[in-house]
Amino acid sequence: MGHRRRSIVGIANLEMGNLRSVGNAVDSFGYEHRFVDTADELESLTHLILPGVGSFHTAMRRVHERGLYEPIRSFVSSGRPLLGVCLGMQLLGSHGDEGEDTVGLGLIPGIVRKLDRTRVASIPHIGWNSVELSADHPLFAGVRDGADFYFVHSYHLSPETGESVVGVTDCGEPFVSAAAHENVVGFQFHPEKSQANGLRLLDNFCGWDGRC
Amino acid sequence: MLKKRIIPIQLLLNERLVKTRQFGAYRDVGDPVASSKVYNAQNADELVFLNINRSERHVEPLLSLLERVSAVSFMPLSLGGGITTFDAARRLITSGADKVVLNSAAYRDIGLIPRVADSFGSQAVVVGLDVRFDEKSAEYSLYSDCGRVAEMVGLDEHLERVTSLGAGEILVNSIDRDGTMQGYDIPLLKRVADAVRVPVIGCGGAGQYNHLKEAFLETRVSALACGSLFNFTDSNPIRAKAFLTNYGIPFKTV
Repeated sequence: MGHRRRSIVGIANLEMGNLRSVGNAVDSFGYEHRFVDTADELESLTHLILPGVGSFHTAMRRVHERGLYEPIRSFVSSGRPLLGVCLGMQLLGSHGDEGEDTVGLGLIPGIVRKLDRTRVASIPHIGWNSVELSADHPLFAGVRDGADFYFVHSYHLSPETGESVVGVTDCGEPFVSAAAHENVVGFQFHPEKSQANGLRLLDNFCGWDGRC
Repeated sequence: MLKKRIIPIQLLLNERLVKTRQFGAYRDVGDPVASSKVYNAQNADELVFLNINRSERHVEPLLSLLERVSAVSFMPLSLGGGITTFDAARRLITSGADKVVLNSAAYRDIGLIPRVADSFGSQAVVVGLDVRFDEKSAEYSLYSDCGRVAEMVGLDEHLERVTSLGAGEILVNSIDRDGTMQGYDIPLLKRVADAVRVPVIGCGGAGQYNHLKEAFLETRVSALACGSLFNFTDSNPIRAKAFLTNYGIPFKTV
């Protein structure tokens, strides 16, 4: 392995699910990971990952309680790369209609909706499903179109414009499984749980300069 | 298209992997971390660990295992056995578990499923069912505490209750078939998979690839768990999928 730029990858701790697997994956590429609880910890980071599973409303409440709302948005304005995974991708949206309407981070304009029960055989959508790429993106370098990734979710982010769509998955209802806007990317699947293909995406993210 | 899953199921007893027969006599089958590393290399779809220690019902052994397994295995991990409190579930999930398997607690503490589901999402809650076929009544009966205690609630009623409380997946295990390698209890898997809208993992009895084929083709299960098949034969998830792909059963491609 040649010389790598020293990335310091923050993992936002909203106490929403399994953070350790993301940290282990970052370590396995030889990058440093730090769990982030407060806004001042964002300063030293080169990259930020917003992971999580669970409720949109609870997660956004945690973002506010920890005083991370504006700091995460400033982190993105500074040009540094941000990756939202699963619930973390949904938080990038403008708002979620899970039970009650909740305002999201608004980094990828769009609405978070529940999968359509009339079209999807089993909800939550759990398991391995393929991501059909609709646009080139540097994070997918070295990953073939149609590769399988691991999903566990009942909601998804529906971006406002097609320009944000990077990949689509069909679980009975086609939904956007990878989206991007400038230096912000979201994956509805769990790259840290998707073996070689998923690790490749995370490795690409940790080495990414945020430009497309 | 959503793929079917093949899940090695690993039973833990005093930090070793064991394999039981009809929930009774067991054999030592190795070290859980070493085997998880192998399953990761074989692209298994997911791993399930169940602690079957009947004297110590707490989650410390699962927590120490998680620490080591999550460093070598980048796939979904479900853990269960002895989870009776929200705090135990929370500690497992924040330490690297993607799902917790609740079994006995699903009969005793009706509030546990919604508490875990509200905090971590219903996809993090798997309800495990241990089932025997009762010849006298010609009906399936549910058991808790590693198959020792007969539960009075009926199968359909229990399924309805746990799914309405927020269970995101059902792991149904046939005690009669466990470790026998005689094939899955197809009518049981069919009945459970037809009764719920959440994904169902069938378990108990796989002894050859034909048993998986039969269960995938004849029932709506989303996944099949295998213990003895991978423990005692030269079978592995890669070869199982190569066989099953010939019958049009979809699996993830690497």
